[in-house]
Amino acid sequence: MLRSKPGTVMAEPTVFRCPGCGYVYDEAKGDDHEGYPPGMRFAQLPNDFVCPDCAVRYKEDFEAVS
Amino acid sequence: MQTYTAQRADGGTDVYTDGKRWWWFLSLLNPLLPLVGVLGYLATDAAAWLTVPLLLMFVVAPLLDWLIGEDENNPPESVVPELEDDGYYRLLTCATVPLHYIAFLTVAVFVGTHSLPWWGFVAITIAIGIADGFAINTGHELGHKRTELEKWLAKIVLAVPAYGHFWIEHNRGHHRDVATPEDPASARMGETIYCFALREIPGAARRAWQIERERLARKGQPVISLHNEVLQSYVITLVMQIGLIVAFGWIMLPFLAIHNVFAWWVLTSANYIEHYGLLRLKDDSGRYERCQPHHSWNANHIYSNLLLFHLQRHSDHHANPTRRYQSLRHFPDLPSLGSGYYGTYLLAYVPALWFRVMDAKLLALPHVAGDLNRVNVAPEKRAALEARYGHG
Ligand SMILES: [Zn+2]
Repeated sequence: MLRSKPGTVMAEPTVFRCPGCGYVYDEAKGDDHEGYPPGMRFAQLPNDFVCPDCAVRYKEDFEAVS
Repeated sequence: MQTYTAQRADGGTDVYTDGKRWWWFLSLLNPLLPLVGVLGYLATDAAAWLTVPLLLMFVVAPLLDWLIGEDENNPPESVVPELEDDGYYRLLTCATVPLHYIAFLTVAVFVGTHSLPWWGFVAITIAIGIADGFAINTGHELGHKRTELEKWLAKIVLAVPAYGHFWIEHNRGHHRDVATPEDPASARMGETIYCFALREIPGAARRAWQIERERLARKGQPVISLHNEVLQSYVITLVMQIGLIVAFGWIMLPFLAIHNVFAWWVLTSANYIEHYGLLRLKDDSGRYERCQPHHSWNANHIYSNLLLFHLQRHSDHHANPTRRYQSLRHFPDLPSLGSGYYGTYLLAYVPALWFRVMDAKLLALPHVAGDLNRVNVAPEKRAALEARYGHG
């Protein structure tokens, strides 16, 4: 979850985790097997993105990892 | 006996011993079942031996399920990470892969070099077909895992039943769409297993191909290439099956045809019973609710679960698809088939009996409570079923 305290600069999250199986999407690495190149933002993933490992969690289920 | 100990969140300690630890060897040896018929024949020259593997599957297995009964083993959630890390279990699934090859090639060489009565040929060919249908189960357990080794072994073992598209179709298609009318691999109420097979087998192949084509398009790779993970497995199948035809001649044509069709039929049978009639409802935004434990039928019978890497604890599998077989749990109050898969298959093959038993079970489920709007109904059967059971 994003939580910003007043006065602190929030770094945008770049790592996101499937809450079901623990699969991690790291924007710096992308996911080569799935065809998402390094640097591809999580937000840019297709809207019908499902977790590549378990396929039962959707994009909006993913949690930002701080 | 290996014991697992873990701290619970509430401070207590869970201790778990897997009573089935060594019994999982049955899953490892299950592919070799048809060899019982071959060895019996070679030892006695009696062709009746060739029917023994089918009897072991469809008479002895249901009987043992009934006699041995259900399973009390249930790993507490806290020990699951330790249980998952135990390499012993992983070794068994990996070691099952070559056994499928050994059994398949042994039977192929056997029928290619012996002149058998036609019924003996058919019986042993169906038996190896079914045993290799369970290669899809081995590929299923491996294909859900994250390691490269296990994913490759999934593709390799799926080449035996000529079903290389399965793990992509299953992981990314079936798990996503399960228990919805859109899923070709979820059976609808009122649909016979024979109609289901004609919808499921081509539907699954199409969906796998589409998923893989989209992935390759993102990577900028051609669909017809060895980057295609469906084709990788098909290539192994092609080489092996053409090699057998070249080596043993025309007899391999009926052998391979019967073998492949019965292997697919075993998977169809499993898919038919695993989600029959169950339906995920749509939420306000029009999206299907997440797959819940009550969207799968289960069997908690010890014997058949030991042959099938716990496949029958199906609700937990769909809730946690990457969980390994040794950690799958049983929960009370889940939709229950009442018998292991082997016995349930026989019921499914007689549609009149199947509908009589299962439609009643389905409508009696607490989350359905007789409401056909909460059931995945075959559209062509809806009017008849509503006339019979009311609207709910
Ligand atoms: Zn996941």
